[in-house]
Amino acid sequence: METSVARNAERPAIHTAVRADPGREAAAPEDLKAKLRIRGLNFYYGGFHALKNISMDIPEKKVTAFIGPSGCGKSTLLRTFNRMYALYPDQRAEGEILVDGENLVTTKRDVSLIRAKIGMVFQKPTPFPMSIYDNIVFGVRLFENLSRREMDERVEWALGRAALWNEVKDKLHQSGQSLSGGQQQRLCIARGIAIRPDVLLLDEPCSALDPISTAKVEELIHELKTDYTVVIVTHNMQQAARVSDYTAYMYLGELIEYDVTDTLFIKPKKAATEDYITGRFG
Amino acid sequence: MPAAILNASDTENGSAVMAGSVGPRRLQPAPWKDVAFEWLTRIFAFLVFSLLAGILVTLVIGSQLTLQKYGFSFIWSDDWDPVKERFGALVPIVGTLITSAIAMLIGVPVSFGIALFLTELSPGWLKRPLGTAIELLAAIPSIIYGMWGLFVFAPLFQGTLQPWLIRLLGGIPLAGRLFEGPPIGIGMLTAGLILSIMVIPFITAVMRDVFELVPAMLKESAYGLGATTWEVVWRVVLPYTKVGVIGGVMLGLGRALGETMAVTFVIGNAHQLAVSLMAPGNSIASALANEFTEAVGDLYFSALIELGLILFLITTVVLALSKLLLMRLAKGEGART
Amino acid sequence: MSAVLSAIDSSNPLYRSRRRVNFVLLTVSGLALAFGLFWLVWILGTLLYEGGNALARATLYYQMTPPPGADGGIANAIAGSLLMVTMGTLLGTPVGILAGTYLAEYGRGGWLAGATRFLNDVLLSAPSIVIGLFVYSVYVAKVGHFSAWAGSIALALLVVPVVVRTTDDMLKLVPGSLREAAMALGCPMWRMILSITYRAARTGILTGILLAIARISGETAPLLFTALNNQFWSTNLNAPISNLPVVIFQFAMSPYEDWHRLAWGGAALITIAVLLLNIVARALFRKSD
Repeated sequence: METSVARNAERPAIHTAVRADPGREAAAPEDLKAKLRIRGLNFYYGGFHALKNISMDIPEKKVTAFIGPSGCGKSTLLRTFNRMYALYPDQRAEGEILVDGENLVTTKRDVSLIRAKIGMVFQKPTPFPMSIYDNIVFGVRLFENLSRREMDERVEWALGRAALWNEVKDKLHQSGQSLSGGQQQRLCIARGIAIRPDVLLLDEPCSALDPISTAKVEELIHELKTDYTVVIVTHNMQQAARVSDYTAYMYLGELIEYDVTDTLFIKPKKAATEDYITGRFG
Repeated sequence: MPAAILNASDTENGSAVMAGSVGPRRLQPAPWKDVAFEWLTRIFAFLVFSLLAGILVTLVIGSQLTLQKYGFSFIWSDDWDPVKERFGALVPIVGTLITSAIAMLIGVPVSFGIALFLTELSPGWLKRPLGTAIELLAAIPSIIYGMWGLFVFAPLFQGTLQPWLIRLLGGIPLAGRLFEGPPIGIGMLTAGLILSIMVIPFITAVMRDVFELVPAMLKESAYGLGATTWEVVWRVVLPYTKVGVIGGVMLGLGRALGETMAVTFVIGNAHQLAVSLMAPGNSIASALANEFTEAVGDLYFSALIELGLILFLITTVVLALSKLLLMRLAKGEGART
Repeated sequence: MSAVLSAIDSSNPLYRSRRRVNFVLLTVSGLALAFGLFWLVWILGTLLYEGGNALARATLYYQMTPPPGADGGIANAIAGSLLMVTMGTLLGTPVGILAGTYLAEYGRGGWLAGATRFLNDVLLSAPSIVIGLFVYSVYVAKVGHFSAWAGSIALALLVVPVVVRTTDDMLKLVPGSLREAAMALGCPMWRMILSITYRAARTGILTGILLAIARISGETAPLLFTALNNQFWSTNLNAPISNLPVVIFQFAMSPYEDWHRLAWGGAALITIAVLLLNIVARALFRKSD
């Protein structure tokens, strides 16, 4: 494991667009590509204004963490990235979420096409009521017509990347629900990467897991970022410090501070951030 | 929801704290009033407990004569002649089974479609009124269905749909024999159709309650992979709830088997075994409704009561199975593949 | 448009066929709904149309059931039904509430509670004609004649499972903290149940009773062999008594036009009563939330 100092040195700083200054662009250095660009995002649950004018860039192939106290909007923000809110009629978003140039909020394209490229893992493991094998191929079968052999290879690859292959390779036809909690969550991660998305959204993926499983998942996240852009929501600050390259601190629906992880944790620019990190509240 | 309670669905888990688990254990001898009240409630609970057994015993005693005279052959004899005092239950049993089968064949898919709509497709403002409409359909007394069936549906059926069905399907070899015969409006098919309309609200209510138990996270996982609504329902929701769905279907079947008035008006009350669904027939309930008050002679009575016994046994088994399945769902075992 | 995001796009043939299937099947589900609503509207519409005429004539409400060809109403049937529904409710409700109380409050740890709950739910959906047979065998046959008592008992047996179920469910919903507060004051259990728990659950229990009444108002089969019917006005509980469902059955199955008309009137009357009871029960329940 590299030392945090070395990591800090090789990672360019992001000069963040901080709070509610509409129109102020988030600047990004030339050599850091942004996979998702959020501009002026507002989100409402019915009449409740849950996200206030969020602007930020999510860098490609890095791990970005959202932290903040309960109710600050971090999960809400994450769920806008794959338009999960579209399932619920009283939730709506305004603003821009640009993925490869296309605005997710206003796009006319079928949302299931978008979701195929942006995977999501939830707080509690959600294995489908079917075998481990079928869980993995469920998403693949939606869009690709693979032969049996190609499908088997895909399953092995996905489970391998999720560090689960050795544990389940002999029982692929057992129910996904027969695995332990930590294994189920890694199954969900494998299921998410089997469709080869560009982005992986993780919504408090370890909150239902024991410490050993948590450690395994965190190791996994570290390896996944070589191929995927990862955004993780966590209420555990230490976890954010351990796994992420960039961290965003949110409070009451606003983006308070967004910076390189080590900078945010060691030398936060805002007093509010420092209060949260040092446990003065939250 | 009230109607869900009436449907004996065991899927609600809204109980905050199990009352019985909160009452503290008494350390001192209880005041007599406490003991008396507890015993009062216990006695009545026991009465309810024994009611089912009591009904069973009563029916068995009442059908002694025919049980002794015919034994098991009662079930497969189609000889029903009150004058000559010969009785056989085959015709009503077959009629009960066939009308219920028709009701389920039509009712289950329709109920599934309605439940799907209510849970996944319906806009929020429409959900409650639609749900209420379905529950109102369940509340309409069955005699109304019977009357409407006899006076409105049967003549229309006889005039339009039935001749068309007979022309269309009567000619098919083998299966066509189900649709032969003159269009008389009433008959087994009509009874089955009316029964299906009656049964739809019950099955829909249970299916809807059960579908709503599926955790949102599970459905979102499937949507998140890019699945369509249909795929989420068919491949995730239904397997997750399948135990509850089967329980609900069996509940509907139990009701259909025992339904009297909706069937009696339109089944034709004929003690004959015919292949065609267009022919009149009899169900156990309709035979009882039509003949019980006119029955003369102990053997006749015994035969009718034995019919009731058979119906009671069939429905009890179906309902008990349905209850077991719904209880398993409530315990979360339904999620296991 | 980036090459990455458009690698899976709308020209993917698998995707196209899936979308077609989705559209077709969701449309079918909408049609299923339309199918269900269609019958509801047709049946209720027929009822209002045919019964409306009869309901509008005042004679319906004060004249007795006539022989065929004569003028008349269904006053005796209405009275008889009101009588038996009331009796049935009065007989069945206390049994149901007490048994339900046992299940919710005392049943922990015993075999009786679980078994009773199970059998009660089976009874809830059991064929009502079998209940009629039961009451006939144990009561009517023994006393030798049909009567309003027998009809009331049969209806009471239909009320009991409904009330047991709702009482059980509603009492279980009362929060444990409420009970503990009462006990902490030294309140004996029976007193706590009567004063605190029943009061907390009263709306729900009342809803259950209303639904039970709605259910028995329309039941025909159990009355066929117990109360029978009576051409005349009678309030003698020990004799056969006229009642709406059996009158409707008899009149509707007959070949006489004016009897048919009266049957429709009675049917409309029952349906309106049942629907009103359901709506009131529902509104009551919702208000208590």
